[in-house]
Amino acid sequence: MTWTPEQLQQHRLTTDEYRRIEELLGRAPNLTELGIFSVMWSEHCSYKSSKVHLRRLPTEGPCLVQGPGENAGIVEIGNGWCAAFKIESHNHPSFIEPYQGAATGIGGILRDIFTMGARPVAALNSLRFGPIRDAEIDAASEATSAAAIARNRRIMAGVVKGLGDYGNAFGVPTIGGEVYFDKGYSLNPLVNAFALGLVRREQIFYGKAEGVGNSVIYVGAKTGRDGIHGATMASAEFDEAAMEKRPTVQVGDPFSEKLLLEACLEAMREQTILGIQDMGAAGLTSSSCEMGARAGTGIEIDLDLVPQRETGMTAYEMMLSESQERMLIVAVQGRERQLLEIFQRWDLDAVVIGKVIEEQVLRVRHHGAVVAEIPNLALTDEAPRYQRPLQPVPVDETDVAPRIAAAIAARRAAGASEAETLGQLLAEVLAAPNLASKEWVYRQYDHMVRTNTVVLPGSDAAVIRVKETRHSLAMSLDANGRYCRLNPRAGARLAVAESARNVVCSGAQPLAVTNCLNFASPERPEVMWSFSETIDGMAEACRALGTPVTGGNVSLYNETEGRGIDPTPVIGMLGLIEEARHITTQWFKQAGDQILLLGRTGRDLGGSELLSALTGEACGAVPSLDLSLETAVQATCLAAIRQGLVQSAHDGSEGGLAVTLAEACFSSYGREAIGASIDLGAHAAASALDDPATLLFAESPSRIVLSVSPERTAQVLALAREHQVPCEILGVVGGEQLHISLDGRPLVEAPVASLESAWRSSLPRHLDQPPA
Amino acid sequence: MKFGVVVFPGSNCDHDTYHVISKVIGQPVNFIWHKEDSVEGHDVILLPGGFSYGDYLRTGAIARFSPVMRAVTAFAAEGGLVVGICNGFQILCEAGLLPGSLLRNRDLRFLCEHVTLRVEETNTPFTRAYQAGQRLSIPIAHGEGNYFCDDATLAELEAEHRVLFRYCAPNGELTEAANPNGSRHHIAGICNRERNVLGLMPHPERAAELSLGSQDGRALFVSIVDHLNERIGRRA
Repeated sequence: MTWTPEQLQQHRLTTDEYRRIEELLGRAPNLTELGIFSVMWSEHCSYKSSKVHLRRLPTEGPCLVQGPGENAGIVEIGNGWCAAFKIESHNHPSFIEPYQGAATGIGGILRDIFTMGARPVAALNSLRFGPIRDAEIDAASEATSAAAIARNRRIMAGVVKGLGDYGNAFGVPTIGGEVYFDKGYSLNPLVNAFALGLVRREQIFYGKAEGVGNSVIYVGAKTGRDGIHGATMASAEFDEAAMEKRPTVQVGDPFSEKLLLEACLEAMREQTILGIQDMGAAGLTSSSCEMGARAGTGIEIDLDLVPQRETGMTAYEMMLSESQERMLIVAVQGRERQLLEIFQRWDLDAVVIGKVIEEQVLRVRHHGAVVAEIPNLALTDEAPRYQRPLQPVPVDETDVAPRIAAAIAARRAAGASEAETLGQLLAEVLAAPNLASKEWVYRQYDHMVRTNTVVLPGSDAAVIRVKETRHSLAMSLDANGRYCRLNPRAGARLAVAESARNVVCSGAQPLAVTNCLNFASPERPEVMWSFSETIDGMAEACRALGTPVTGGNVSLYNETEGRGIDPTPVIGMLGLIEEARHITTQWFKQAGDQILLLGRTGRDLGGSELLSALTGEACGAVPSLDLSLETAVQATCLAAIRQGLVQSAHDGSEGGLAVTLAEACFSSYGREAIGASIDLGAHAAASALDDPATLLFAESPSRIVLSVSPERTAQVLALAREHQVPCEILGVVGGEQLHISLDGRPLVEAPVASLESAWRSSLPRHLDQPPA
Repeated sequence: MKFGVVVFPGSNCDHDTYHVISKVIGQPVNFIWHKEDSVEGHDVILLPGGFSYGDYLRTGAIARFSPVMRAVTAFAAEGGLVVGICNGFQILCEAGLLPGSLLRNRDLRFLCEHVTLRVEETNTPFTRAYQAGQRLSIPIAHGEGNYFCDDATLAELEAEHRVLFRYCAPNGELTEAANPNGSRHHIAGICNRERNVLGLMPHPERAAELSLGSQDGRALFVSIVDHLNERIGRRA
């Protein structure tokens, strides 16, 4: 063997994998080739641990134009227009350098979208950090020490600013998403960025290197030593060649990206481009071998021609550089000059660096010699696939109700009424960072640029209008790591169901899903088991709801110092609203409107926010989900919205019914806060429940709170009956209090203003503290 | 009547501004590339929001050197109407077409939200369709919108009634809490002495359609159209 075990380990290749490389090449690889294999066979590029499982996801549906395997998934949205959308993780870089890590995360996903010819029109993000409250400081735990809490705040501030600065300058509105906190993310925050773009069906571009002899053109920023694969940086030869080491986190330049977007879209419109791919992870390497592999051709490039930011770069460095804002293009024959002129007009580098060749190889020349020659398939289809061992973990089925009852009893101060105690608890749950207003975050994002944002951040789903079609698109990102730790299969099902429900509440028909699967090390059998369970849970729910998976991203090895994160599959749901008048928000609109609840409440307090607020624990049986009831509830809600019967619709899951009702009361843009008077008697009887805490705080899925003008109530009740969905009248909108009772017994009597203030002031209070 | 929307590298509200002029106001409009050295044939020049040249040196500091800015300056000197929105306002200050400059927001963060503005003056081509004291709901989206100038300039702006918009509370009061970025005298928009160049940080083009929640920005564009119609009428 030419390479020592240490060198192989530095390249994260096993001895078996190395043997396979020699077999595929028929010889030993040189250093550049070893680097190329290392990066293409990495978990990130090859999906070697996840691929065997991902196959079980449903990937077909009537609206689907492009499923998994391309830069982004594409669905048809009417009138010849399509939406390209995808989500990707940038977890590790964001921990090392929150600002640049997050910025390059959004930069990468935007390129994936416009690579396909689609102009990005919306961004969302799903963020997870460690705790940020002083109250959670526990000197005994590394994840919640005072220093950790301060660091978590810094990471969050840096990530939000990085996402904002990049998206704002690029000119894409960041219109929604989610932010969660748990000590499991203290040493491993999650930053998942979602983007969506619009493209005419006949103008979609693919990453294919077609037409032997066609020019291969490098466009965009120059290549530097930044972002060279961290795992491979330490080999002795490499140290010697690289005079200085650079951080493995890349630096984002939204201005270059904006120019690249405009130039690429113009070059596409002018029909000068045949195939195009973003140089993302593994930059030049992945773009050239994947474009060749997809077309059954090869690509030959000459590194001497590559625009370089610094001198003396080796072939190894250039092939592995992850400098941002670069694209590889195969030009239409005869249009090369025009293509180059378009990029020059936008002050961007554009250089012919090679050509499409017949042999299905990636051939790299440098200083006149061939420095790498590898069959494309060896890097793509022939990459290793592992069926890693699975070790089931018992699902948590603890009944948490007694603990909750005891904790509430202990809290009830002498002489305090039940309503005072529960009202206080509601304010506390509303102020929990997971449920509190995320205004602190989204006001740092330009969420209005492109003038399409018809539902501002804060409602169940983000909604943009599509000027080109008069339709609108609703989007939601959802996950619950807590549930997924307690029961990964059920947790994944719940995430898909909630995401679809959010989109339905905004008036949209769910169309398709993208996903970002954040897990710890696949080499641990219990992690791999939770991954496998998650896939089956997602598959079941996506089938039931008729929403195929169009692609996504897998992020493994999310662990630091041996401690992994909770399994966190993030679901991105896209829905279509055909008529603007169907766009619905979560807020009560009009005093006198009746409040209805679709669905049933169950004894679903396991893993709930209430449990966490009372005991700091996250355990118990996760909420049970009946997918046929879920589909029926969603169908009822959508039918009621489409028939013009509904004033507001709000998903009732996380935090429970009391939180859902309070949120519907809170003020929103152009609308004052308004109260509600609720009696849960009928719903309690129908759900066979009598425990106040369960009624107020259980996180049962498949529930939607509607508000309806009194003259329409009968029609909504009839619709629910038609769909065999339980539906009761809970009460009426009006006043300044949120008043909830159970058969006349007061449970909550609180001014909406004080609940709203607890909810709204929480994040600023924790995040705007001067550093200790 | 012809509107021109200048496109600098990094402009990102150019399409939005174009959309409002063509689809909402219904007037002819075209894009003007920043490398062009003439704005001939236009009656109004709009400098849109965005991050020209990435705002890397200082907001607007590089864009002012674009060839088109010489033409815009000459156009303004001849009495042509020029409107700079957000980054456009920053560019106009850098170019010396308006006094003062835009510093980083008071809390050093980018801020995107609806704010309330008070219309201070209606005797300009940009505000004639508003009522004096009228309150408008219009969004801001900037990291550097904190209007600053020296005391003498400020006194001059006030004395010459050149502050056209101020940030205020919903009831019209000028409270500290209603000043989102720390601007001096709550200034959100000003004009030049000749009253033909306007710069403002809020985005009227984002508040011109009911489906976006507010139409309060529309009258700014309507004012311009009315003014030009009158001028054309006078000429005829």
